[in-house]
Amino acid sequence: MNAVVIRAGFLTSVQDLGRTGFRQFGVSTSGAVDSFALRVANLLVGNNESAAGLEITLGGLQLRFEDERIVAWCGGEFDVQIASRALPAGHVAELQSGDELKFGNAQFGCRCWLAISGGIDVAKRHPVLRFVRGVDWSRFDDVTIQRFTNQEFAVSPDSDRMGLRLDGPELKRKHEADLISEAVAPGTMQVPPSGKPILLLGDCQTIGGYPKIAHVITVDLGVAAQLRAGDRVHFSEVSLEDAHCLLLERERDLDRFRIGVSLQRS
Amino acid sequence: MEIIPLGDSALVVRVREQFEDAPEERLNEVLRVFQLLQRAAIPGVVELAPAYTSVAVFFDPVAVLKSNGAANGVFDELATRIRSTIVPASRRHRRRTAANAPRLIEIPICYDAEFGFDLDRVAEHTKLSGPEIINLHSTGEYRVACIGFVPGFTFLAGLPRNLATPRRDVPRKEIPPGSVGIGGAQTGIYPLRSPGGWNLIGRTPLKLFDPTKNPPTLLHPGDRVRFRAITREEFESLTS
Repeated sequence: MNAVVIRAGFLTSVQDLGRTGFRQFGVSTSGAVDSFALRVANLLVGNNESAAGLEITLGGLQLRFEDERIVAWCGGEFDVQIASRALPAGHVAELQSGDELKFGNAQFGCRCWLAISGGIDVAKRHPVLRFVRGVDWSRFDDVTIQRFTNQEFAVSPDSDRMGLRLDGPELKRKHEADLISEAVAPGTMQVPPSGKPILLLGDCQTIGGYPKIAHVITVDLGVAAQLRAGDRVHFSEVSLEDAHCLLLERERDLDRFRIGVSLQRS
Repeated sequence: MEIIPLGDSALVVRVREQFEDAPEERLNEVLRVFQLLQRAAIPGVVELAPAYTSVAVFFDPVAVLKSNGAANGVFDELATRIRSTIVPASRRHRRRTAANAPRLIEIPICYDAEFGFDLDRVAEHTKLSGPEIINLHSTGEYRVACIGFVPGFTFLAGLPRNLATPRRDVPRKEIPPGSVGIGGAQTGIYPLRSPGGWNLIGRTPLKLFDPTKNPPTLLHPGDRVRFRAITREEFESLTS
């Protein structure tokens, strides 16, 4: 399931039916507070009853779906809308890619459970590196762009301070023409004809000739620097303006930190 | 002229899209833009890197924002400053560039099979024999387009068109210093032990990068270069 969280709402969490067998160690079952409501919602969308869903507290959640899904929700009374269409409790809706699902404030009660066909996968939490488009982005076909932004890459042991070689889905250009060499920078993601991208790090070369599909933004280079061979990673696009805002925010944090340190010393 | 982001802390000023059609003119234009930008010392700009058809501008986005303000965003602000810096070349400048004859430097190369790991690959792609490749490569007239990739790597313009061979599918992890390679329509020399994706056809005994010297590189952008094919014995005597 791929969905963008536009607004997280007051308190939204991923819940399933909890875990048993650990009570002797002081761990309760937990899971959805009203497990019955989650089971009903799951059955409505064709899931296994125990699949993970979202527990929404007091509303405010807004999601944009990036693939086709069936959804249903159960629990308190909420004003739920898909575009301007209302979705009452216990009803099923088919969402298309791009559809937005919006939970208003609770009319009665305070919690409800949203089930999504296919469930919610929270088992793996791999780092996401944010990127801006590279100069040669448009030289890659749609399938490649989909693979790059949706699939997982693994850090190859052939990696060092110059760059991380990544194993994963093959990235292919529309035409394999050789390019004229020009500047690259830390963060640049080059794609040699092998189709396996290389993410350049601090000790990278100054000039390169392989096409540049993307650039990992400066604030995320610290995350890239911690990746070990075998680690898995995802890529997610941001705008150049957002990349600059994030960098500026980080710099402001450092300014505050600098002041704090100087006060400590004085 | 095009200005394209290279991530969030650099951009590329593409002086021309193509290189092969008039390399002399392109190279002079790139070097002129490089000098203009160097002289302009735009606040927030950290360093510049010229290449065949472009000049990359590395900047500190926070510094650009602080010194120029950036109502339209950091990138647009800087791009505007750069555009206003790069004025069209005057006639006088063109005459002066033409009059300033660049220096000519000879580089000895040993094309021994032991050094030219990829001669077979180049032969297969170009449909030329080994001796034909060596003859074409060593009699060409080249100019240093830029220095980069690794310290002192020399990118040369002027590779005979029929020698162009695509870069290797997977770059080598380690290339011996002095290796001479063909990468697409370019040729160049690896000065240091480094990774690289070009097809290796020979090796020079000359030291192209010396960190104890200032400037540390033997060659500079704009220099004319001629190759001289040497034997293995000559290579050894020049190395020792």
